[in-house]
Amino acid sequence: MAAGGSIDALSQFKLAPALGPIGASVNFTQSNLMMVVAGLLTFGLLWLGMRPRAMVPGRLQSAAEMAYETVLNMCTEMIGPEGRQFFPFVFTLFFFILFGNLLGVFPLFFTFTSHIAVTLALTAFVVGLVTVVAIRLHGWHFLSYFVPQGVPAVLLPLLVPIEILSYLSRLISLSVRLFANMMAGHVMLEVFGAFVVMLGSAGIIFLLPAGLSLGVNVVLIGFELLVATLQAYVFAVLTCIYLHDAVHLH
Amino acid sequence: MSEESGENRPPSFEERLKAARSRQGLDAPPSMSTGNSGDIGGLSPWGIGLRVGIELVSALVVAVAIGYGLDYLFGTKPILTAVFVLLGGAAGVMNVWRLFAPRPTREPKVRDGGR
Repeated sequence: MAAGGSIDALSQFKLAPALGPIGASVNFTQSNLMMVVAGLLTFGLLWLGMRPRAMVPGRLQSAAEMAYETVLNMCTEMIGPEGRQFFPFVFTLFFFILFGNLLGVFPLFFTFTSHIAVTLALTAFVVGLVTVVAIRLHGWHFLSYFVPQGVPAVLLPLLVPIEILSYLSRLISLSVRLFANMMAGHVMLEVFGAFVVMLGSAGIIFLLPAGLSLGVNVVLIGFELLVATLQAYVFAVLTCIYLHDAVHLH
Repeated sequence: MSEESGENRPPSFEERLKAARSRQGLDAPPSMSTGNSGDIGGLSPWGIGLRVGIELVSALVVAVAIGYGLDYLFGTKPILTAVFVLLGGAAGVMNVWRLFAPRPTREPKVRDGGR
C-alpha cells in the first residue's frame, strides 16, 4: 500500500511462492494457486450444480445450465454448425478466464490474468489452435487466407505480408486487451485505496476527499466486476470469430 | 375440449407460455438477443478507442519484433526494421478497417463483439 508517502501500485502483481516450502521448491506461486482454484470452481459449479439432475433446476443447476447454454449458443452462432466440436475448448477458456478475473476482485486474492505471460500463453494457444484447425481442414489451401480477393497481382507482394502481420497481430491484440484491462483496473483500485489511507491520516480537513476516494473505490469494484465478465466474454467471442475464420476461409 | 371449433379455441400452450414469459420479463426483447452485429456501434467511445488503439499498436509491435529479429538474423541492422514498421502500420490500419468496415455480403452477423 502507501509506504512512506508514495503509492506503490504495482507490487500487488508480484509473484510469491504459495503453499509453504513445497510450493517454494517447485516455484508454485499464488498465481498458480489461483489458476487451480479457478479450475476447481468451474468444476465445482458444473459437478455440484448438475448433481441433483432435477427437471426443474434449482439455483446452482440453473447457473450451470445457463453457463453451458450460453457458451454453446456462442459457439454455434459464431462458428456455425461446426462450432459444436470447439465447444469444450471455448467453454474451458471462458470459465478459466472468467473465474480468474472474478477471483481477482476479492481482497487478498491474486488476479492471474493481470500477467501478460499468462494471457499471452493463452492467446498463443488460441492462435496456434486456429492455425492447426485451418491447416487440417484446408491443407495448403489455408495459405489463400493471406491472399485478399479482387486485388491486382502487382500489389500482392505488398499485401500478403500485411495480411500475415495482421494475422499475427491477433497474438498481441488479444492478450494485451485482457491483460491491460485487468491490470489497469487493479492499479486504479490500489491508487484510490492508497488515497484513502494517505488522505485519511493527513488531517481532519482531508477526511472529505478521503471519503470520496473510498466512494470511488466502491464504484470501481462494481466496474471491475463488469470488466471481468466482459473481458472473459470478449476473449471467448474473439476466439470463436477466429475459429470461424479458420473453418470458413474467406 | 373444443377440438374443431376454430375461432374460439383457447390459446395453445406455447402461446400462453410466451405470454406468461413476456409478462414476467423473462424473454429478452427480440432486438437484444439476436447476434451481435451492432456491437461496435453500441460500444462506449472509450471501448472503441481502446479497441482501435490496441489493434493499431499490436500490429506494429508484431511487425517491429519480426523486423528486428530478421535484422538480427541477417545482420542488416536498420533496413528490415524500417520496412516492417511501414508494413506493420499498414496492417494496423487494415485491422481497424476490418473492425469498422461494412460487412457486404455473406453472413452479416459474425465478426467482432466487444472492445
